[in-house]
Amino acid sequence: MKVVLQNLTKKFPNRNKKQNADVIAVDNFNFEIPDGKLVGLLGPSGCGKSTTLNLISGLLQPTDGKIFFGDEDVTMVPAEKRGIGLVFQNYALYPHLTVKQNILFPLQNLKGKEKLSKNEMEKRMAEAAALVQLDTLLDRKPSELSGGQQQRVAIARALVKKPKVLLLDEPLSNLDARLRLQTREEIKRIQQKTNVTTVFVTHDQEEAMSISDLIVVMKDGVIQQSGKPQDVYDDPQNLFVAKFLGNPPINVFDAEVKGEKLFIGENAVMDVKGLTDKKLVAAIRPEGFVPSEGGSLNCSLIRVEVMGRDISVVASHPLCQNVTFRAIIGSEKNYQINDGKISFDILPSKIHLFDKETEKRIRFEA
Amino acid sequence: MEKNNHKAWLYLIPAMIFLGAFMVYPLIDVFIYSFEENYHSVSQTYTGIGLFNYKYVLSDPYFLQALKNTFILVVITVPVSTAMALIISVCLASIKKLRELFQTIYFLPYVTNTLAVGLVFMILFKKTPYSDGLINMIINFFGFSSVDFIGGPYWAKMLVLCTYTVWVVMPFKILILTSALAGVKQDYYNAAKIDGTSKIRTFFRITVPMISPMLFYLVITGFIGAFKAYSDAVALFGTDLNSAEMNTIVGYVYDMLYGNSGGYPSYASAAAIILFAIVLTITCINLIVSKKNVHY
Amino acid sequence: MTNDYLKLQKSADLKRRSLNTIIYLLLAVWALIVLFPFYWMILTSVKGYGAYSNEKLPQFFTLSPTLENYVEAFTAVPLADYFLNTVIFTCLTTLIMLVVIIPAAFAFSRLEFKGKNILFALFLSLMMIPNELVVITNYVTITNLDLKNTFTGLILPSVTSVFYIYLLKENFSQIPDELYYAAKVDGTSDLKYLFKVMLPICKPTVITITILKVIECWNSYVWPRLITDDKRYFLVSNGIQEIRENGFGRENIPGMMAAVVAISIPLILLFLIFRKKIMSGVARGGTKG
Repeated sequence: MKVVLQNLTKKFPNRNKKQNADVIAVDNFNFEIPDGKLVGLLGPSGCGKSTTLNLISGLLQPTDGKIFFGDEDVTMVPAEKRGIGLVFQNYALYPHLTVKQNILFPLQNLKGKEKLSKNEMEKRMAEAAALVQLDTLLDRKPSELSGGQQQRVAIARALVKKPKVLLLDEPLSNLDARLRLQTREEIKRIQQKTNVTTVFVTHDQEEAMSISDLIVVMKDGVIQQSGKPQDVYDDPQNLFVAKFLGNPPINVFDAEVKGEKLFIGENAVMDVKGLTDKKLVAAIRPEGFVPSEGGSLNCSLIRVEVMGRDISVVASHPLCQNVTFRAIIGSEKNYQINDGKISFDILPSKIHLFDKETEKRIRFEA
Repeated sequence: MEKNNHKAWLYLIPAMIFLGAFMVYPLIDVFIYSFEENYHSVSQTYTGIGLFNYKYVLSDPYFLQALKNTFILVVITVPVSTAMALIISVCLASIKKLRELFQTIYFLPYVTNTLAVGLVFMILFKKTPYSDGLINMIINFFGFSSVDFIGGPYWAKMLVLCTYTVWVVMPFKILILTSALAGVKQDYYNAAKIDGTSKIRTFFRITVPMISPMLFYLVITGFIGAFKAYSDAVALFGTDLNSAEMNTIVGYVYDMLYGNSGGYPSYASAAAIILFAIVLTITCINLIVSKKNVHY
Repeated sequence: MTNDYLKLQKSADLKRRSLNTIIYLLLAVWALIVLFPFYWMILTSVKGYGAYSNEKLPQFFTLSPTLENYVEAFTAVPLADYFLNTVIFTCLTTLIMLVVIIPAAFAFSRLEFKGKNILFALFLSLMMIPNELVVITNYVTITNLDLKNTFTGLILPSVTSVFYIYLLKENFSQIPDELYYAAKVDGTSDLKYLFKVMLPICKPTVITITILKVIECWNSYVWPRLITDDKRYFLVSNGIQEIRENGFGRENIPGMMAAVVAISIPLILLFLIFRKKIMSGVARGGTKG
């Protein structure tokens, strides 16, 4: 089932009574979620991603715009009639019911034509439990389960109705680091197996990049960019997206174009054909630095951190917007540390230029 | 950490003296009293040790009356007040406007003097030669004839006592249930809503189980409180509760100790211990039932 | 299709609105039931004695309010004395209680000594003892000590509360140990630590306990009734009962109501000022009586 969001807008009345203007949580949101894909809604807290999820679920009504499930306009359809499954951030498992009863709960609500027999319910419950590998824990209470297990119960409860769309609100934020890794693969596996259209919300870019088919980066209720994770990473449309994706984060320098060359301070870093002279912002991915004798960018070396698989070079440059920046280089490469100095060549595909004012991407030919 | 023994005891001495003198010693003493037969409070002598005091109390028609009254009061007011408080709290939880105002109003009876407000209830219900009172005016309006609620038939007096008791205990119950309901996370309701759970099913399958620990707490404290009813009755019917047929077990204890028929600490002790035994039994039954039904 | 949904939406709206109306109606009815006795006592207290006696049917308002009943309540019966007694009783009891329970709570929460856990368990088990069980011996004790009709006799048995010790101890225990060790390193004595660190941090709880105790004292009836039969030592609860039974020399209901209003006002004021504190304090485990 594809999901189409058309000019979706949600305003909340301002809580501060002195200001009359409404708070715009989601602003003119347009997006199409293809059938059977896993989509990550990504952004810092307060960017409107959870609101968007709640609009899709029907727990919130949009101020403006439309929502389609397939070709059907569901904007006015109440949450319970939309056929969605929702996994809450803190799971919202009923503490007084066992795992089995929790998973059965949605089925017991079905009425009329949809009503299931006891046997069918048991069967559906068992299927859902098997899918999330909970078969052995059915008689436990939620309080007797680990965080990851609770998460899986919540997913099973959401899936047992065979929803058209599965929604997950910050599904991993309550788990510790190791479980998070495991569980996100689990989510991907379940999604691929059931092939249900899935939307999940997260503030963690790594999480979103690793399992999503598509990501949508949001800020202040507005979509900044959407697309395949790698495409968005490689080709950010503005500085916010460039900064938000990637770990370690992208390194931002004040730069200047003079005579179709890009200067960071005194150093001409590379050729930029077709650009007029102006000041701008250059953002370089950590993996875009190649250390070399007589490289084009001269920096002070702070320290070198050996991570095993690769090496992290911490250096500083007066025009870098942070005190230090980080370059990641393969560990097989040997290089010399010369009196606290280090020089880099920059890979043109790993450097992005942005307008100083609008922070929009400035494209160039290398 | 060193064990600073004697200094710690110094801090505890005042509390221990008071508790020893006015709680621990009396607790032992009350059992002794209850077994001393024909204890005389002036000469402080007794004739023997035995169960006579209990036999006397249990065959005293005043005590049996008090026992009956107390049981009726408990059986009526605990369920009624708990159910009413639950309904009101659920209503309160579902509104936003005026909520604080309502909460404040509902709590008022808690901070008022039971004796004082009881007098108001008395004059509202009382029938005098001059006037039938406000409640009777309402009853007359619906075409029924006046009833003397304060000095009239037993059921009428019991009705007033129950009404006043419910009025007095509601603030506490509403307060506890409102905060229990506020503790149920909105996510549970959202989850239920998405699953298309009806309002009724949400209430009985989610809300009630989630607040069940507090509900049972209220039932238990409600039972204990109602068994100890006394000043409400005094407020409505005056200090001579025996002649008003409205005495309670606690009232009987005090009357034996002091009132018109007073001067018998042994009988009072026996009655108090019987009361304690009843309350203890009921509390234990409550706890067993709640273990089975309260979740988590 | 969309039209159907709009209809659905409309009927749901209507349903919700009518449900809301019912809820507000219900809440308003209960508010009325709660408030009505208060209204009635104020109303009756400002009706003239003659006017009230001539009402065959109760009147819901009066056009000639009078304060004569209040004058009478404070002159014909010693209401002012009852007030004064209650104020003395309340202040002394509350004060002594704080002096007794604060060190005890401190010892249980902060100090280490042999048998602490056993002793605390014993303390807690005392919470289960109903007052009715110990009141008998206390009555005999106070009588034998010849303390009937004295403030000492009134106050002594009410100055400890296991429950408040427990409440305060729990609150004290939440203060991180580091603070205590830091104070110890700085050479602070236990007593100084209690007064300079613990009490200021736990001020809200101490205030809550104080208010709850004041309410309890102001409304106490049973013990004062046992221990005082001399009018000069009556508290307001006994006073009101006395007024009711032997009152103004005649059945003077407006006068009685004036007395009722007068003794209700202090607590209601206290409640309106400390509303949040009182309600949260009671929610944490106060029960009436």
